[in-house]
Amino acid sequence: MTRWTPAFVAILTREALRFVHQRERFLAALVRPLVWLLVFAAGFRAALGLSITPPYQTYITYETYIVPGLCGMILLFNGMQSSLSLVYDRETGSMRLLLTAPLPRWFLLISKLCAATFIGCLQCYAFLAVAWMFDITLPWIGYLALLPALLLAGLMLGALGLALSSFIKQLENFAGVMNFVIFPMFFLSSALYPLWKMAESSELLHDVCAANPFTHAVELIRFAAYGQLAPWALLWVVLATAVFLALALWGYDPARGMVRRKG
Amino acid sequence: MSLTVEGLSYSYGAKRALDDLSLEAVPGRFTALLGPNGAGKSTLFGLLTRLFTAPVGRIVIAGQDMGQAPRAALARMGIVFQSQTLDLDLTVRQNLVYFAALHGLSGRAARLRIDAALERLAMRERAGEKARALNGGHRRRAEIARALIHDPAVLLLDEPTVGLDAQARAAITDHVHDLASDGMTVLWATHLTDEVRREDDLLLLHRGRLLASGRASALTEGEALQDWFLARTGEPA
Repeated sequence: MTRWTPAFVAILTREALRFVHQRERFLAALVRPLVWLLVFAAGFRAALGLSITPPYQTYITYETYIVPGLCGMILLFNGMQSSLSLVYDRETGSMRLLLTAPLPRWFLLISKLCAATFIGCLQCYAFLAVAWMFDITLPWIGYLALLPALLLAGLMLGALGLALSSFIKQLENFAGVMNFVIFPMFFLSSALYPLWKMAESSELLHDVCAANPFTHAVELIRFAAYGQLAPWALLWVVLATAVFLALALWGYDPARGMVRRKG
Repeated sequence: MSLTVEGLSYSYGAKRALDDLSLEAVPGRFTALLGPNGAGKSTLFGLLTRLFTAPVGRIVIAGQDMGQAPRAALARMGIVFQSQTLDLDLTVRQNLVYFAALHGLSGRAARLRIDAALERLAMRERAGEKARALNGGHRRRAEIARALIHDPAVLLLDEPTVGLDAQARAAITDHVHDLASDGMTVLWATHLTDEVRREDDLLLLHRGRLLASGRASALTEGEALQDWFLARTGEPA
């Protein structure tokens, strides 16, 4: 285990340094949800009436409603972006360096996943800080209770990205897959509108949204933001994380030859 | 503390990349794995470094069987990949610190080894420079220094001079010959005959098979290596 700790710290540090060096990535990660919050939500506020449903105990503005969904969006983009960097790393070779370290492959991949999740959580808190400046706030306990929820949701989405990256052979294929993952996951969820609202327009869409793991990640975050636990969402997120992780580890199994190349 | 490959075969679907390959590289020798493009060199390196595994055959690195004790085998091996694997936004030292940590080294122990490795490749004065600021030859030297931090018994280099100018190529080749002279087992994959010296061990790989192995001077019997190579592979080097 003594050999593992420096490796874990190094992978975490490298991811953090890489993030610091890519200032535009940080800005994009911050600006994207802020545009949704300050522009989209302002326009939508009038159109969408929200009834009082848990965890809310009073009428809330639409801006308040979408904050947890936008945290989910940050984690979703971050998870996909870090898996994109894995595909890039594989093409440039630095993934080879990681995978040839004398450590179990599952440990290396989970370390990479934890590093990406850590960065995602930092982005979420940066976003919440800006939202707070615009008077869109959570109860104080929520800021604390959010951390485990963000970590879990981040791990789930990171594991999904990791699994995808193991099955994508080339960088060029990645953009297409992203369109088929990010947008459906985000729009077919409770991030932007509550599920009961979705049921009013289509039962089928409601059922799809209810089965979407991202919905449960958002609900886990939403309840945590008000100091509450959503057990059903927690179960979903944990199960989905386990499935995505198992897929990723299978995808990166050396006997499958994912990293191979002709020569 | 040698590198041994026994009966290794590997296919990409129907295409056989390596066919019952057996070879050995021994300590203190510079072993050149010479083969034209597509001979199977990169496939062999992928298998030697366990990026993927072969269903048939055995690889032993410094006494450690790759199939049975992959981590012990990888711990005894230094690798320089064909593609550049430095993080260009980090300094040379930061790159080396990251690698040392992947091998369980940190703090003072890592610092001492990094300094020694950089010194060995005459790169110590470049330690604080961003990898992006280095030219191709220096980047390669930094990668070789990195591969030496954990004091490996076997050093693998997959066409390490690709894209370098003649001067940098000669410098890198000299450095690695010196490492072999110091007692290290070196396996150097290349398709360039001018990187092989007469006194080197030579393995000729073609279409996934080993066509010849032995001391370069003994194999060529006075013939120019380039001509000897072309005569056996039928392809320009």
